[in-house]
Amino acid sequence: MATDGLTKLTIAEARDLLDKGELSAKELTDAHTAAVEAARPLNAFITETPEQAQAMAAASDARRAKGEAGVLEGIPLAIKDLFCTEGVLTTAGSHILDGFHPTYESTVSANLWQAGAVMLGKTNMDEFAMGSSNMTSYYGPVESPWRRRGDNRALVPGGSSGGSAAAVAARAALGGTGTDTGGSIRQPASFAGIVGMKPTYGRCSRWGIVAFASSLDQAGPMTRTVRDSAIMLRAMAGHDPKDSTSVDRPVPDYEAALTGDIRGLKVGIPKEYRVDNMPQEIETLWQQGVDWLKQAGAEPVEISLPHTRYALSTYYIIAPAEASSNLARYDGVRFGLRVPADSLIEMYEATRGEGFGAEVKRRVLIGTYVLSAGYYDAYYNKARRVRKVIARDFDEAFERCDVILTPTSPSDAFPVGAKMDDPIAMYLNDVFTVPANLSGLPGISVPAGLSGDGLPLGLQVIGRAFDEETMFKVADVVEQAAGFDAEPQFMAAS
Amino acid sequence: MAVDKDTVAHIARLARIRISDEQRGALAGELSDILGWIEQLGEVETDGVEPMTSVVAMKPPLREDKVTDGDRVEEIVQNAPEGAHGFFTVPKVVE
Repeated sequence: MATDGLTKLTIAEARDLLDKGELSAKELTDAHTAAVEAARPLNAFITETPEQAQAMAAASDARRAKGEAGVLEGIPLAIKDLFCTEGVLTTAGSHILDGFHPTYESTVSANLWQAGAVMLGKTNMDEFAMGSSNMTSYYGPVESPWRRRGDNRALVPGGSSGGSAAAVAARAALGGTGTDTGGSIRQPASFAGIVGMKPTYGRCSRWGIVAFASSLDQAGPMTRTVRDSAIMLRAMAGHDPKDSTSVDRPVPDYEAALTGDIRGLKVGIPKEYRVDNMPQEIETLWQQGVDWLKQAGAEPVEISLPHTRYALSTYYIIAPAEASSNLARYDGVRFGLRVPADSLIEMYEATRGEGFGAEVKRRVLIGTYVLSAGYYDAYYNKARRVRKVIARDFDEAFERCDVILTPTSPSDAFPVGAKMDDPIAMYLNDVFTVPANLSGLPGISVPAGLSGDGLPLGLQVIGRAFDEETMFKVADVVEQAAGFDAEPQFMAAS
Repeated sequence: MAVDKDTVAHIARLARIRISDEQRGALAGELSDILGWIEQLGEVETDGVEPMTSVVAMKPPLREDKVTDGDRVEEIVQNAPEGAHGFFTVPKVVE
């Protein structure tokens, strides 16, 4: 099989070829380490690990020969640089983690290796996962492999998991990990024309993932198909005593849920998921999605999530508050960058002043402010109360429906450098994704069509807590109906 | 709530982040815009609503109170930018 054929496989297809002995992990990995190299113009990887990939592939072939193949045996993946990887530089896209080589492995990545997967490298991301464009990375922006029709300007891949999104879209990896605090898996998936999935809070362990906002962060898969997403999540998920918020529930075989049969399921359509200046084509695509599900036998139900418009501002209190606390550990003492100064406090201030980028500083300062004496109740507690009200909206909606269908993002991808002078305009990217984080619910973005400018647009399916199976089942039907087969202009191996 | 340069200086001090005088002015404007936008939460009726504390309803797990890990000095100090004799080191704090 030609090399470019190997990089265009889905995870499910590669798995079947490996199972039949028609392909080795070594061949598959060699094709992908070459593709990672060919994808360098995108700046999708901060660290490439070709030697480790080769060693892992050889070990995988040996395990398979002994009949010990795991569910991701021999599958090469890209890992967001927020996951600690033992002995491999882990930066979180920040200058302040310069030279940090963890002495331990995150639970989610360890689960992937346990299932047989192969690591291609660590992907670029917005600094500490704070951003929707991948522009805030200390290692420079990632370029989307897509271009607007008739316009050669570089576009953002979305963020914060922009490197994983670009790598998977450009066929440099069969799948990748992301993390999603306010939309950081689903929004880049929508921009890059791939499938991005955020599980229920507690489904995947957060242990060993650099923390941003602990009550919102969840790891999830970024893949080219819904089936691949289901395969990958099964390997990533599971109870972990090292994360007290990880739930002790059995992990289902999500792939088995993809039956295509959604007859009788009720699909909620929230009337509040509209914003000013949202392009008509997104509204049209959403309606198209409703029609697809109806044709497959589901029943659309209009629902109301009345506090949707307060979700973003709630998020921009809670996430910075938690971040200001989590990022207190970067003090120049235990790991990463240290900027020398005469006193301890000056050393802290100099290190953090130089080590954090503009967006991180902005959020740590907002978080410090809303948690400070005199403002704690007015801002932080108020936001936690509104968060409860937003979660309650979903509880009530799910009494009337089984899943919710929405657009993933109110726009298609924008040019590199746009919106950087207007934080609130940038934050609006996440208007349709943040509510699921606040409520802990699973959500998946599926590529559903192209904008008038030829860029991917995603539809989001939100499920009940711990009912990823129904969410996957509906997402699979959306994917089949959409038949999205557009390819980006830049392909790593073609 | 408008944030002025002095407030930025105060919270930057609390957050232990050095911010130049020039940046303080720019940040005062940005933070004021963000906080002004956030104030719309005042419109939401939350009387009698308890602040959300756990995302997914679950009983916090308890474990036995015994040491299960340790003796990893080398690993723990391995990433320190400066250290000596198995300790982290900082600028002198006691004269």
